[in-house]
Amino acid sequence: MRTPFDPSVFVADRLQNVPPSGIRRFFDLVSEIDDVISLGVGEPDFITPWHIRETCIHSIEHGETAYTSNYGLLELREEISWMYDRKHKVEYDPASEVLVTTGVSEALDIAIRAIVNPGDEVIVSQPSYVAYVPSVIFSGGIPVPLSTTVENKFKITPDELEDVITDKTKAIVFNYPNNPTGATMDRSDLEAIADIVVEHDLMVISDEVYECLTYNGDHTCFASLDGMRERTILLNGFSKAYAMTGFRLGYALGAPEIISSMMLIHQYTMLCAPVTAQIGAIEALRNGEAEMQKMVREYDRRRHLIVGGLNKIGLECFEPKGAFYAFPSIESTGLTSDEFSQRLLNEQKVAAVPGDAFGKSGEGFLRCAYAASQDDIRTALDRIGEFVDGLK
Amino acid sequence: MDKQLSHILEILEGDARAAPKDIASLTGMSVEDVSKKIEQLEKSGIIRKYKTIIDWDLVGESYVYAVIELKVILERKYGYEKIAERLYKFPEVRSVRLLSGGYDIALTVRGKSMKEVAFFVAEKIATLEQVQSTTTHFVLKTYKEDGVILHEPEHIKRLPVSP
Repeated sequence: MRTPFDPSVFVADRLQNVPPSGIRRFFDLVSEIDDVISLGVGEPDFITPWHIRETCIHSIEHGETAYTSNYGLLELREEISWMYDRKHKVEYDPASEVLVTTGVSEALDIAIRAIVNPGDEVIVSQPSYVAYVPSVIFSGGIPVPLSTTVENKFKITPDELEDVITDKTKAIVFNYPNNPTGATMDRSDLEAIADIVVEHDLMVISDEVYECLTYNGDHTCFASLDGMRERTILLNGFSKAYAMTGFRLGYALGAPEIISSMMLIHQYTMLCAPVTAQIGAIEALRNGEAEMQKMVREYDRRRHLIVGGLNKIGLECFEPKGAFYAFPSIESTGLTSDEFSQRLLNEQKVAAVPGDAFGKSGEGFLRCAYAASQDDIRTALDRIGEFVDGLK
Repeated sequence: MDKQLSHILEILEGDARAAPKDIASLTGMSVEDVSKKIEQLEKSGIIRKYKTIIDWDLVGESYVYAVIELKVILERKYGYEKIAERLYKFPEVRSVRLLSGGYDIALTVRGKSMKEVAFFVAEKIATLEQVQSTTTHFVLKTYKEDGVILHEPEHIKRLPVSP
């Protein structure tokens, strides 16, 4: 007798090592409950500014629906290159050092695939965005978590970085302003990291997608540091700054050798980023500053509202200086992140993602996205307050 | 313009009833500082007035609005000031603007009926000696007023949780 066919034995071994997403599981829980106020959404609650949408509609009406260059529209690459020159005094050649991708997600994937050999170690600072560790595993690399702590304002410290570097270390991945902590790193903080990068001959993948959402002082672009332009694969995109998540548009900047290797994967897997999104991105860079700044000012107000509110409730909250997340400690309640999130959801219908979904060092914290209306934030704070009071 | 000032003005522009306490929690300023700043803004005339946008149609008080274009004869010494003053003193006149282009002044006039507006223009406006001609356009529907879209606001649909 033949054994029944089992498709699961065909799944590649590599995927067995990928941990299931904590967010996915939480998503399923939230979907079962009605009238939830969600602080769990990692995307803007604004609609893409009308001038960008209108430009896209116009382009479709005029039949701009074909493939673009694999690298992306030259016009867009030029705009990106000019912006970096203007804002950060870093020059990138639009012809060979800019690659337009389908979201920063794709840029991250092909950046890692372009440089990681099987067995290479890649340091991933945590708590951080959920895709870094799996992306390293997909390319046969070994992810090495680097925990940051609230005591150090969730910055990477030189000592802690040195501790996890081995002779197999190929690269380090980090993200400032940071999802989920809202932490930022100043120029001097980053310079200390750059010294170690040179000393150990590493590459850096710097995900700066929250660059525009910086509330105190200016963002420092990692590639703008001395000697870092060639060593950095800089990732950025349009989702957060211009509320364009569904357009799926990002880009990577780096040395021509690296960008052309990423391009090799990109041309055979993606061919090119969606043309309509690229046209919208050109409009965003040319005429989107005022609307973007307006959204940033609104996030800034909500930031004050939620951080003040959480601290008042007794959930000690580190002051986030970028992105749109507050990351309060829930340790004082005696619950784990997971217990806190689940009970808050079931008892008060507020969704916020448990901190450990972003790495072990996120345990004891809760990610509260303030990309939600002021009314929703106020109601959520009331409910969280009631929940915490009930625990006493 | 400093950051705190633009926060205060944007908050009040969106909600004239925002209390100093609310503004303080949104800006990280103290309640006293917010109150002081608002007082200064009121005194200096940057904040002119706190206004409520009312949909009178829903109340049952339906008004008729018309945009009136005026060509006027300029007065020596006073320019447009005198005629503008005469016009804006009528309570029926809701706005007065001096414009460049084909005509000189645009008014918005509000009345209970088209007849009332038409008679107001014929009797009170057209008869002013500086007024050369008037053209009356009745407003059929208002889609957007003072930056506020009045019908079918847009909603964004998002997943309840995302990374």
